Amino acid sequence: MVRFENVGLRYGLGPEILRDLNFAVPAHSFQFLTGPSGAGKTSLLRLLFLSLRPTRGLVNLFGHDVSLLSKDEIAALRQRIGIVLQDFRLLDHMTTYENVALPFRVMGRDESSYRREVIDLLKWVGLGERMDALPPILSGGEKQRAAIARAVIGRPHLLLADEPTGNVDPTLGRRLLRLFIELNKSGTAVIIATHDIALMDQYEARRLVLHQGRLHIYE
Amino acid sequence: MNRIEDQHDALMDLGHERPQVPAKARNLSPIVPRASIAGRALVAVVAIMTFLASITTGAVLLISASASEWQSEVASEITIQVRPVAGRDLERDVVAVTEAIRSQPGVVEVRPYTKDESAKLLEPWLGTGLSLDELPVPRLIVARIAAAGGLDLVDLRRRVRELAPSASLDDHRAWIERMRSMTGATVIAGLAILALVIVATIISVSFATRGAMAANRPIVEVLHFVGASDRYIADRFFRHFLMLGLQGGVIGVGAAMLAFGFSESIATWFSGTPVGDQFAALLGTFSLRPLGYLALAAQGVLIAAITALASRRTLFATLNAID
Repeated sequence: MVRFENVGLRYGLGPEILRDLNFAVPAHSFQFLTGPSGAGKTSLLRLLFLSLRPTRGLVNLFGHDVSLLSKDEIAALRQRIGIVLQDFRLLDHMTTYENVALPFRVMGRDESSYRREVIDLLKWVGLGERMDALPPILSGGEKQRAAIARAVIGRPHLLLADEPTGNVDPTLGRRLLRLFIELNKSGTAVIIATHDIALMDQYEARRLVLHQGRLHIYE
Repeated sequence: MNRIEDQHDALMDLGHERPQVPAKARNLSPIVPRASIAGRALVAVVAIMTFLASITTGAVLLISASASEWQSEVASEITIQVRPVAGRDLERDVVAVTEAIRSQPGVVEVRPYTKDESAKLLEPWLGTGLSLDELPVPRLIVARIAAAGGLDLVDLRRRVRELAPSASLDDHRAWIERMRSMTGATVIAGLAILALVIVATIISVSFATRGAMAANRPIVEVLHFVGASDRYIADRFFRHFLMLGLQGGVIGVGAAMLAFGFSESIATWFSGTPVGDQFAALLGTFSLRPLGYLALAAQGVLIAAITALASRRTLFATLNAID
C-alpha cells in the first residue's frame, strides 16, 4: 500500500531531517510511529499524506509514484486517506455534524445518503449531543473526537493520526484507540504517531521509531 | 496480544439504540462563509467601475448619434455663394445659377436666400435696419440633393463658374471630414477609458480574491485534507465572486441608466427655452435610444463576467501556491 525507498527530506537548504527511509506499510496493518519530539514524525505523516514531496527517494502510494501525480490525482488519492492532525483543523463556521460530513460533501454525495452514517459515528465517539455545536464551543477532547470522526467517516484505506489522544483523558484515549482498532479490523491500514508509551502499551502493534532522522522498525 | 479486552468498557456501545436526533434534511452551511469575503467593498468597486464605463459608453453613443445626424443633414446639402463683383448684376447671377442648379439631375430642391433673408443671417453681428445695398454682401443658394446621389459636382461647379465667375460651391466635405475625425477620436478616447476601467476592475477583483483566499486559507487547507480538488474549492469561492460581480454590475448600470434618464428629463424641461435650444442644437435630442440602454445592460453583464473570470484565474493561481 505504501512503500518508501531511500527517502530523504530537508526544508529549504537546512539539514536533512529524514534520512534514507526504507519501509512499507502493508494493507490492513496497524502501526505506531514514535520517537522524541522533533524527530520528524509530523513530517513523515505529511509525506504520507502527500502534502510534502521528498527531496530524494521514491514514495509509492497505492501503486502510484507520487512524484508523477498531478494535483487532481493527489486530491483523488487523499480521498482514500484519513488524517487527524494535532491542531484538529475543524472549520469554525460549520457544526460538528457538518465538519464530520465534509469528506462526503466534497465527494459530491447527497446529504440524505450519509446522514445516518454521520450521526451514528458522532454517537459512537460520544458527540451525539454536540452535533449541532460549533467547534469554538467544543472542549479540546470534543474537537479531537470530531477531527477523528471526520478522518474515519469515509472508511479510508489508510488512516494517519498525529497524537490523536493528546487532549483526552486516559479512558477516552482507550475508546479512541478502540475505534482505530475497529477501523483497522474492517480493512484500514492505521499509522498513529504518538509518544504516549501508555497508549502504545495498550495494543500490540508494529512500532516505527524515528531517531535522528532515521527509522527503526520493531515488528 | 491485545490488552483491550472489554470492548463495552472501552467503547461507547450503541447496542440497538438508534440516535435520538431525527434524520431529517439539514440546511448545510456554505463551505466558504459569505461574511468571510470583503463583499461590500468589492461590490462598491465593481459598481463604480461599471457606472464609469456606462457613462463613457453612453456619452460615446450620444456623440456618435449626434455627429451622424449632423453629417447626414450637412451631406444632403450644398451651398453656393455668389459674391458681388463690379460690372456684374448680382440678382441676375443668382437667378441664373439657381436655374442651372435646379435643372441639374440629382438636385431635389433649390432655395436662394433673398436679400432680406441674408440680412437676417447677418443680424446677430450687424444689427437691424441694415441696407445691404451699401455692403458687398454675398448671396447664398442652398440646394438639397438626393440621398441616392447622382449629382455630378464637377459638372455643376463648372456650369456655376461659367454663369457667375464670382460664385463658389461648397459641398461641406472638409467640414464633414473634420467632424468624422472628431467623432472617431471621441470613440477611441471612449474605448481607451473603457479599457482602463476594465483593467482597473480586473486588478481590484484580483486583489479582493487574493484577500479572500488569504482570509480563508484554513478552509482551503482543510478542503485539501479531505480530498477536495482545486476545481471544487475554486467553485465554492467562484459562486460568491460571481454574485458580487453581478450585484456591482446591476448597481452600476442601474445608476448610469438613471443618470441618462434624468438628463433626458432635464433636457425635456428646458426644451423651448434658449438654453434648451442651444443644448439641442449641440447634442441633438440628448437621449439614448433603446439600443443604447441595451448596450449599457450588455456592458454590465460583460463587467460582471470579467469580474468572475478574473476572480477564477486568481483562485486557481492562488490554489496552485497553497498545498
